[in-house]
Order: sequence, then C-alpha cells, then structure tokens
Amino acid sequence: MATMADSNRQLQLTADGELKHFLSLEGLDRALLTRILDTADSFIEVGERSIKKVPLLRGRTLVNLFFEPSTRTRSTFELAAKRLSADVLNLDISTSATSKGETLSDTLLNLEAMASDMFVIRHAHSGAAHFIARDVTPGVAIINAGDGRHAHPTQAMLDMLTIRQHKGSFTGLKVGIVGDVQHSRVARSQIQALNILGAEEVRLIAPDTLLPTEPEAMGVRVFPRMEQGLKDLDVIIMLRLQRERMEGALLPSEREFYKLYGLTREKLALAHPKAIVMHPGPINRGVEIESEVADGPQSVILNQVTNGIAVRMAVMSMAMSGQLAERQQQAKAQQKAQQKVQGNG
Amino acid sequence: MGKRLRIDQIHPLQDGQPAKQATSVLIANGQIVAMGAQAINATADQVIDGAGQWLLPGLIDLNCHLGEPGPDRRGTIATETLAAAKGGFTQVCAVPETSPVNDSGAVTHLILDLAAQQGQVRVLPVGALTRGLAGEMLSDMVGLMGAGCIALGNGGRALRDARVLRRCMAYAHTFGFTLFIQPENAVLAADGCAHDGALAARMGLPGIPAVAETTAVSEMLLLAEETGVRLHLGQLSCARSVQLVRAAKARGLAVTADVAMHHLVYTDQVITGFDGRFHVRPPIREESDRKALLAGVEEGTIDAICSQHRPQDQAAKQAPFAATEAGLSGLETTLSLGLRLVAQGQLSQGALLRALIPGPAAVLGQPLPQLAVGLPADAVLLRPDGQWTVSPQTLLSTGKQAPAMGETLPGVVSLTMVAGQIVYQQAD
Repeated sequence: MATMADSNRQLQLTADGELKHFLSLEGLDRALLTRILDTADSFIEVGERSIKKVPLLRGRTLVNLFFEPSTRTRSTFELAAKRLSADVLNLDISTSATSKGETLSDTLLNLEAMASDMFVIRHAHSGAAHFIARDVTPGVAIINAGDGRHAHPTQAMLDMLTIRQHKGSFTGLKVGIVGDVQHSRVARSQIQALNILGAEEVRLIAPDTLLPTEPEAMGVRVFPRMEQGLKDLDVIIMLRLQRERMEGALLPSEREFYKLYGLTREKLALAHPKAIVMHPGPINRGVEIESEVADGPQSVILNQVTNGIAVRMAVMSMAMSGQLAERQQQAKAQQKAQQKVQGNG
Repeated sequence: MGKRLRIDQIHPLQDGQPAKQATSVLIANGQIVAMGAQAINATADQVIDGAGQWLLPGLIDLNCHLGEPGPDRRGTIATETLAAAKGGFTQVCAVPETSPVNDSGAVTHLILDLAAQQGQVRVLPVGALTRGLAGEMLSDMVGLMGAGCIALGNGGRALRDARVLRRCMAYAHTFGFTLFIQPENAVLAADGCAHDGALAARMGLPGIPAVAETTAVSEMLLLAEETGVRLHLGQLSCARSVQLVRAAKARGLAVTADVAMHHLVYTDQVITGFDGRFHVRPPIREESDRKALLAGVEEGTIDAICSQHRPQDQAAKQAPFAATEAGLSGLETTLSLGLRLVAQGQLSQGALLRALIPGPAAVLGQPLPQLAVGLPADAVLLRPDGQWTVSPQTLLSTGKQAPAMGETLPGVVSLTMVAGQIVYQQAD
C-alpha cells in the first residue's frame, strides 16, 4: 500500500521530480527543500530593488482562493504573485459562491474555465488542497495556503528560510515548538521541514491536551515542562493560542498557560544564549509571549514576514514551471501517439 | 405441482462446511423437495450444472442501507436488493436511517410494500428506537414491531442521554424486543472523521478515539444487564470492544455483536492521501484492532459479519475528506473479501460461513438455516474458485464507492434464489 510520502510525491511532483503543486512537505526530499530556499534567497534581492518585478509569471493568472479569512498570508501571496508579474484575482469565497449552495468542486471548475494557471487555496478542511489537485483541476498548479490542521507548507518554508539566515544550516540544530501543536497546521509542516532538512532535534513543548495523538511518530521529543524543554534550544517557535481552547476544556485559563508555557525573559534565558525566537503570527502578547521578548533582540518575527514573500515567489515560480513542463510532455506524447496512428494508417 | 428445478454436482453446506461429496438438489414450490440419492436422477423442468460449486443457505446481512425511502441517486430497494442477491444475501436488515426515518408503522409498511413489489431478497426493516432517531423520545416500538420490524435500533446515531437509553431498554424488554445498537459516545467522537491515531494526527484530521466506542459499549452492556433487554452491538471497530463483549458473554449476558467486513480487511492506512471512499463510521482503526476483530469472529465472540452497505454517489465523496459522506457499498464484496481472508489464512472458512449464515440468523432469533427437504429454498450457488474484478461496471449497486476497487477477488455467486425463485443469475 502506498505510504503517505509516496502518495504525496506522486501528486505534487512531475515525472522528472519537479514541483507542480505545493500541497505539503510530506515525501519531499532535502534537495528539493534546499532548492526552494535557494530560489527564495535569490528573490529576496528582487524585493530590495526599486522596481520590484520579474517577468516569470507574465501572462499567467493566479487566483487567491481563501475559504477562511486571512490578512497576512493572502497579502504576501498577492504581493509575491505581482512581483512575478502574474495577473491576480482575489476571491473571498466564504461570502460568495458557497453561500449560494455551490460545491467546492463546482466553484473550482468555474474558475478553471476562466483559464487560471494557479490556485492559492486556504480551506478549513484538512486535505482540501490535495482533493482539488487530485480530483478537480489537476492541470492547475495548486499552492496550499493552509488546510485545516494538516499543512501550511509555505509558512514552514519561510520559517526555514529565516532559520537558515540566522543559523547558517540545520545541522546540529535543536528546535522547540511551544504551545498548541494539536490544532496547528503550521507546526505539522514545520516538524516535517525540520526533519527533512536534518535538524538534530525537534521538541514539542506543551501539555497533553495540546499535543496530537502519538506525537513521537512525527519524529519529535515531547517535553511537558517548558523549563526542561528550552534547555540548549537554538530556535524557539511559539504558536498562537486560540481563545476557543479554554472553552473546549483543553486549558484552564490564559493566565495558567502563560505561567507554564508563555515565553518570558526569564524562560528565554534557559535556552542557548544565541537562540532565536519565532512566531507565525498574529501574536497574542501576554498569552504566549511577553512583549519584551516579541520585540527583543532575539526575536526574528518581522524577518519571517519579509521572507514570506520570497518563499512564495519561489514556490509559485517552481510549480508553474513544473506544470508547463508537464503540459509540454503531454503535448509531445499526444503528438507522438497521433503520428503513430497516422503512420499505421 | 409447479416447476421443478434440479441443480447437479453441488457441494451443499453440511455441519458448517461444504460437503466433500457432490450431489444434487431438487426444488419445487419454493421448497427443497429432495436431496442426495433421491434428487440425482429426479425428473425436472430445468437442470443447472453446479459442478464444483457450493450450495449455501442464503447469507444474512444485519446492517444494510437500501437507499429507500430517500433520494433515488443513492439507490432504491430494487437496485440494492439486486446487489444483495449478487453478493449472496437472501435476507438484509434495512437500517432505520431512511428519509423519512423508519420510526412509524407507516414507513415500515412502505418499505415492506416496496420490497414485496420490487425487492429481490427478503427485507427485514429495523425500526428507529427513538422518534426521528433524535435520542429524546421513545418511538412507537410496539407499532413498529407490529408492522413488521425485526428489531429497534439507533441507526448509527448517538444516544446522548443515558436516561432515555435506559428507558428505551426497559420498554423494549417489556415486550421482548431486540435492540440493534451501533455504540458511539457522541461527545467523545465530537467532530472526528478518522481513527484517532498517528496517521490522522499527521494528516490533521480530527480523530474519533477508540474510547468513543468502548465507553459506549460499557454503558450499553451495563444498562442491558440491568434492564434485561436483548442487546445486539453492531459494527464494532476496536480491540477493547471485543474484550468487553467477551467478558459480558462470559458472565451470561444476552448480548450479541457484529463487525463490518471492511473493519476485518483494512486498517486506517487506507485513508492515506485523503481517500474519502474509506470515510466510514465507526472509522477503520489499526492493525491490532483488525487482528482482535478477526479473533473475535474466529472464536464466536463476534456473532456476525455485516456489509454495512451505504450506497453513495460520486458527489458524496467529491469533497475534502472530512466533508465527504461516510459509507461505502459493501453488499457485493463482503463474501469475496471474506473468502480472500480465508485464502490468506487470516480467518477460517468455518468461522466466515458461520458469521454470514447461522450467526446472524441466531441474532435474529431465526432457526438454524439449513439445506434440507421440506425447508424453503433460500440458497446461493457459489463458485469458490471463481474470480471477478470490482469495478463500477461489475457492481450492481447504485453506489460505486466500494472497497477493493480494481482488485480481482475470489468467489463468484452464480445464482441466488429466494423461496425457490431465482432472483439473480450470473450472466454467461
């Protein structure tokens, strides 16, 4: 039976191993992730020019399909697409088609009919991007901008870019992820990225109620006590805590959470002195992180935002060229088959 | 005297196994009128060569959705009972979660009328235990049973209120009715859609933990013990449930249980890649659960294997995993998947046949199904070494969402008869 890694590779890579969709990091190898980071690095320079555009996606149409509200992710995708010279259409689906009873498949097929080349999709259901890439519009490049609790691969890759900028490489790195891992698609993708890129140790620091089932199977060590988990960490990734977690009886109170798992200056002192502090945003000051830490010298939270644009440019341009390569191959194969038929006739 | 049908060279089921010696059977007026020496050279209007084939009493399915009453695209009594006949079933228990819910004698009559007009096999309706299956008010149990229901069930809907459940049991016990319960603690299952294990965690799918089933099983067993009601637990999915039922039986409780064939064949790995076809409820769990369920069938702790047939159209599965509808078509693959388990050495032939024929009959309180002179001819002719490939074209069910799609399976039903009438015959 196909493993998760096999089925993901098959779905998102061309026969030559080029990216054609970007759905999750599962099954991708270190060489490919490194190539994404290197490509992103080259795009950072574009953002520093006075005219911040390259023509890689000129004449291509990209549709931002957000079935869940988002400000940051959507705007960085939009900026990334515009810097690649694509035509961008933003659709807030939660208020249009689906409220008229149209199914997800029908919405997508209609957009495909408008000759879109790429969909950037955020959806509340895990596996939504996979479903669309596999069953609905296989000829359109799909970029997953977050599906349920499953994956948020561009966020993880921009985090990896930020780590690489500050730490040089992943070898020997100890990285801790603190907070609500259970409900976090960001954490799932980060864990995969860190393991693929060869970090020495990935730790989860959280109480049992905020951990996924059998966390060790994901390739992590679990530390229920933050004081122990922070020891020797090179990178501390704080996750956002949703207020619903209190109502869902997963935590007693924000105050108790902050006391146990909030990143304060005292707790930060337990990590490696050169440790960096990250957060996918938006941050809850005083809930998961102290303001002085969020704004302090070890925080790289704003670098993450800047890197987001470069990483999304990298992934979009790579997936587009993978799709084009596949289309060319298919056209060639068709031509060959036709010639064969004519030859036989 | 009506038409006489003779089937030659068959191996009839005897003492739980197909007989070694080939023989003949003669059927007339809906009954078996002769077997063995008396049948071999008897004159007949029609003769079928059954060389190398088994003749089994018809299989019985304890949990099956026939799609009617309900939207046609999910199948009708006509289409789904034909699928049942092709799968070797001559009796199917129709779940109460129809639309409208089978919670009144009128709906039961409708189902039985449709079955009489269009059905190919015997349809045994299960009435709703509570009104609208809402778990709040008792249904007209006596009215339902009087109209022809064979048991009362929750239809896979959770019973949130233990007090209502206790009263349902006490009321049903008064009249000696059997309850068919699919045990699930709705609060623990919450918004889950897959087995709560490492794979669902990795895929970010909300999980349904095994305790959502086992706490419900424990609750049902304790309440059944106290009220004295005849309890049948349907579609068990985890190892601990088998243990609980085993212990309850050991202390003499009148409890029986079944398992769906897909829970004996697959593990949660089948949802890899977000394959919505295997979105079923309860979810398919881990290898240790599958092994324990197989052991439960082997030793008889689990009395029956059901199809848990839920015909779904393509649109029902065209969505992200959690948004797909639960259920798959199982009537036509149940026997073949079972025979494959036997061929693989995972289950004995005796246990498989027991769980498909006398096991469910005993749950229903029916006499032991037998192939004997004077008994109604509800029988299936099976080529055990025949093979067929599961595909949308070979499936007769309206629902083409089935397990083992594209695979070649052993066991081909060549003929199914109900009361001596041939209701399905394989095309040559």
